[in-house]
Amino acid sequence: MQYALIYHETAAELARRDNDTSAYWGAWDAYMGAMGAAGIMRGGAGLLPPTTATTLRIAGGEWQVEDGPFADTREKLGGFVVIEVADLDAALAWAARAPCAGAGSVEVRPTLPPPAA
Amino acid sequence: MTPAASAAHRAAEAAARTAYGRLVALLARDSRDLAAAEDALATALARALARWPDDGVPANPDAWLLTVARRELGHRRARAATALAAEPALALLDDERADTPAPDLPDERLKLLFVCTHPAITPRIQAPLMLQVVLGLDAARIAAAFLVSPAAMGQALVRAKARIRDAGIAFAVPPPEQRPARLAAIRTAIYAAYGAGWGDAAPTGNDLAAEALFLARLVTGLAPDDAEAAGLLALIALCEARRPARRDAHGAYVPLDRQDVRRWDRDLVREGEAALRRAAAMGQPGRFQLEAAIQSLHHQQRFTGADLSLPLIGLYDRLLAIAPSIGAAIARAAALTAAGAAAAALAALDALAERCRDHQPWWAARADALAALGDGAAARDAAVRAAGLSQDPAERAFLLGRHAG
Repeated sequence: MQYALIYHETAAELARRDNDTSAYWGAWDAYMGAMGAAGIMRGGAGLLPPTTATTLRIAGGEWQVEDGPFADTREKLGGFVVIEVADLDAALAWAARAPCAGAGSVEVRPTLPPPAA
Repeated sequence: MTPAASAAHRAAEAAARTAYGRLVALLARDSRDLAAAEDALATALARALARWPDDGVPANPDAWLLTVARRELGHRRARAATALAAEPALALLDDERADTPAPDLPDERLKLLFVCTHPAITPRIQAPLMLQVVLGLDAARIAAAFLVSPAAMGQALVRAKARIRDAGIAFAVPPPEQRPARLAAIRTAIYAAYGAGWGDAAPTGNDLAAEALFLARLVTGLAPDDAEAAGLLALIALCEARRPARRDAHGAYVPLDRQDVRRWDRDLVREGEAALRRAAAMGQPGRFQLEAAIQSLHHQQRFTGADLSLPLIGLYDRLLAIAPSIGAAIARAAALTAAGAAAAALAALDALAERCRDHQPWWAARADALAALGDGAAARDAAVRAAGLSQDPAERAFLLGRHAG
């Protein structure tokens, strides 16, 4: 089954990208490298911080463009991957290894099956 | 809170902690209905909190709780049977006021442990069930340790209790020919509770460690002739003794060979060593005794500075002969590296490669063997891979630094 692992990080954890650079990226590189070596990665991306986000809504045909993410939450979306594993337990095991599992959270969601032909 | 109220609170909490399993066992012994027994006990504990501040803590709190819970169980059955809710309220009040005699309540917890680990109960729910009905832990806390959702854990526990009631699993000590296998199931469940949440051998353990230690002590008390129960107690006590030393002042992970032995818990070391001696004297060697003996040798090595790597490898060989496991095989390879036989260690690890691709301890042991052989680049790659597979931030940081640059 395919699952999206959606990584949420606290503001303090996100700040480590700048103030604890080598430890932060070392941990993520090792984690992503282990998933790559396991041959389970199907896609995904890391994201620049929420301050770089632009949110668009269309109301009554009008564009409403705002600075920032769509919702200002305590934990920030830091990135996501899509993995192919046998079951939820296997997906949770990989989620538990994420550096943000102990400093934020990891949402695990099955992906939609492809539309029937 | 008034002093009387807080004393009552403390008494009720103490009763809940120390007597929970004993009272559940007595309440469910005949009906086999664990869920009803737990509900009735919860009601009795709530009533204790309401009444003890005014009435004073009874001379025998356990007997008081048992009386009230039994009455509650009786009422529920009566309500269920007749749909009549009229309660003999005055009799109830008299009962609770009466100076409850203090008989020696029998300890039926061994039967309760046998029920929780009955072969008809799914193995993976046995440890959670034991934690809930013997120690009164709530499903959410158990779920967190076993890395499943609270709702799923709650449902699984409800199903297991319904099965015990409906399938008629007896609260009984098994016949002698079944006793060894049934005691083994109890030990396995306790060990599972201890190991839950460790993931790939994360160094912190989980917050069920104290509960597992309590259960191991309980079983050695209830089945003192079981050498492996004493071995399990020794193993858990010796591992737990090192807990205070597994992190330094900054929270960084400290491996066994660099731990400050002054920070080990001396009482737990003594308790573990004593249990191991008791077990050895019974002349029934087994897996947990060997694992405890390995921990004991590690300790002696640290206390005395002596190189005990050869006897350690010998113990691992015996352990692998009776209880083969990936973990023991990797630990044996690590002992080979420590004994200066890194090439043999690497060969032993290579033989496990197929099953260990995503196994953190295997990559960590491999990194150490490669480093001992002087292959720094390969050691670094293996350590990074191990870090990527770790669930523990401190261990991850340790592995990333271990063979860096």
